[in-house]
Amino acid sequence: MSSSPASAAGWRFRTPSVIPGFGLTLGFSLAYLTLIILIPLSALVWRTTSLGWTDFFEIATDRRTLRALEVSFGTALIAAGVNVVFGTIVAWVLVRYRFPGRRIVDAMVDLPFALPTAVAGIALTTLYAPRGWIGSLLGPLGVKVAYTPLGIVIALIFIGLPFVVRTVQPIMEEIDKGVEEVAATLGASRFQTIWRVLFPGLAPAILTGFALAFARGVGEYGSVIFIAGNLPYVSEIAPLLIVIRLEEYDYAAATAIATIMLALSFVMLLFINLVQTWSRKRYG
Amino acid sequence: MEVRVANVRKEFDRFPALRDVSLDIRSGELIALLGPSGSGKTTLLRLIAGLERPTRGAIYFGDEDASLKTVQERNVGFVFQHYALFRHMTVADNIGFGLKVRRRNRPPDSEIKRRASELLDLVQLTGLEKRYPAQLSGGQRQRVALARALAIEPRVLLLDEPFGALDAQVRRELRRWLREIHDKTGHTTVFVTHDQEEALELADRVVVMSQGRIEQVGTADDVYDTPNSPFVFSFIGESSSLPVKVEKGEIWIADRTIGISAPEVPDGDAVLYFRPHDIELLEGSGGCIAGTVAASRRVAGTRHVELEVGGDRQRVELEIPTSHPASEKTRIAFRPKKWKLFPVAG
Repeated sequence: MSSSPASAAGWRFRTPSVIPGFGLTLGFSLAYLTLIILIPLSALVWRTTSLGWTDFFEIATDRRTLRALEVSFGTALIAAGVNVVFGTIVAWVLVRYRFPGRRIVDAMVDLPFALPTAVAGIALTTLYAPRGWIGSLLGPLGVKVAYTPLGIVIALIFIGLPFVVRTVQPIMEEIDKGVEEVAATLGASRFQTIWRVLFPGLAPAILTGFALAFARGVGEYGSVIFIAGNLPYVSEIAPLLIVIRLEEYDYAAATAIATIMLALSFVMLLFINLVQTWSRKRYG
Repeated sequence: MEVRVANVRKEFDRFPALRDVSLDIRSGELIALLGPSGSGKTTLLRLIAGLERPTRGAIYFGDEDASLKTVQERNVGFVFQHYALFRHMTVADNIGFGLKVRRRNRPPDSEIKRRASELLDLVQLTGLEKRYPAQLSGGQRQRVALARALAIEPRVLLLDEPFGALDAQVRRELRRWLREIHDKTGHTTVFVTHDQEEALELADRVVVMSQGRIEQVGTADDVYDTPNSPFVFSFIGESSSLPVKVEKGEIWIADRTIGISAPEVPDGDAVLYFRPHDIELLEGSGGCIAGTVAASRRVAGTRHVELEVGGDRQRVELEIPTSHPASEKTRIAFRPKKWKLFPVAG
């Protein structure tokens, strides 16, 4: 229900209240963000400019670079999509039902946050390798998971799940039961209630979860490199390509790829943010 | 549509919220369920709606057993205290929701739209179709909620503390307005309230509930003038009470008769109930209740005094004219004009 005066009357500071702290906290926030985010990222872009446009363009359109970016963003999108569906279901079960072991399941959701990503990668690889528990079952069916983009997707699903669950859960807890009951008295089936009444209210939170899981997936390195097999043009992710360039002492190329990733991520997150603002304004 | 509640019992985790409740609601009637919190009034309303299932007993709509039907099939309009509007839908979409989700007999969109603006006219919100609930005031939201419930042509309209979240002025206004709508549409309407003024003013009949039971059902006059239990007497309107003794049809306080006889009441301990304003002040000391003023407050047009009566200083509240020169320690004698005796059980 918060209003956003800035959008109505152009660029303007939101009038601070009489309670002090506005100047101090704003100044602190700006300084902090500059130090932690803006300076390192500018350094990255600065470093890239040493290349010049032709070189930059050459690296950017290199088939291996393009393919790596495609793998990174593609797998991250698919994984975030899968997480949105199942993460929302997990959140629903945790919020709505009381069953023995609920606390344990609730705690388990956070494990992908806490686990060193390399450990996750190694564990997943062991399971999904052709001789692993799951891999040996899937192998005869012609499904190869480890050392393919599918493996990357699975690693990213593992890593991204908590982002969706943890953003959707609190919003779900605030759903007014009366709204569901009213829908029922008006004759709506359970499915209609969920789809037409509950889902639109959850959409902004689900979108946030999607954005977070996606952003995390694009940048993920540790868990992916073990299961991906890292075949150039097939299952090589962009962050790995950056590391390869670094190891070749080709700092300019590394920063160039990083800058492209940065720009792409920024554009996508900005887009998602705009969609969210729009939906908040409508449903607020 | 007549609604019949037959011997309904409802338990939550073995705790009885309703104990053997029966109630006949006539077709087209506006009826209020009145009681303190925890009396089971909301539970009864939710049982009629089908939002809860009775532990025992049944609920009939006309001749048909509604207990066998789901909420969706019952075709009831339900209005919640906190509106429960769909935040992401416009006012028109909120009102049309019940028609849109229909599988059979779903009217075409143009018809739903027409119906929505018709109902908006009825609830006096003409032209607000495109607004979102967040852009409306509390009173307007509750009107939309009512229009949404009316849109499905409900067999029964159920309102759970419909004005509970609104401020006093809006409340009074909506009360009158609900009565008008009821008279216009003629739906059988049940509403829950803990506000007796609201119940007495608005309803054709009032159902007074306490601790999971119905205490009394009747018109405003019935429950105010002839309450059938100490609870109803003290819950509806102002009341004062004094412990008394009955002996051979005479009423005694301590060792004095008070000039009231109750021939049909059996001997023993009883409690005398009367309205603080319904008394006559007397001179003298025989055949009356007398006491000394312990406290006195001026309340608008009258004066409320607390009187200490008898040797054990029972406190009783009276309303006396402001011209009466009562002050502390003054002795006042009075006799209730109308009263009721309830024998003390055991």
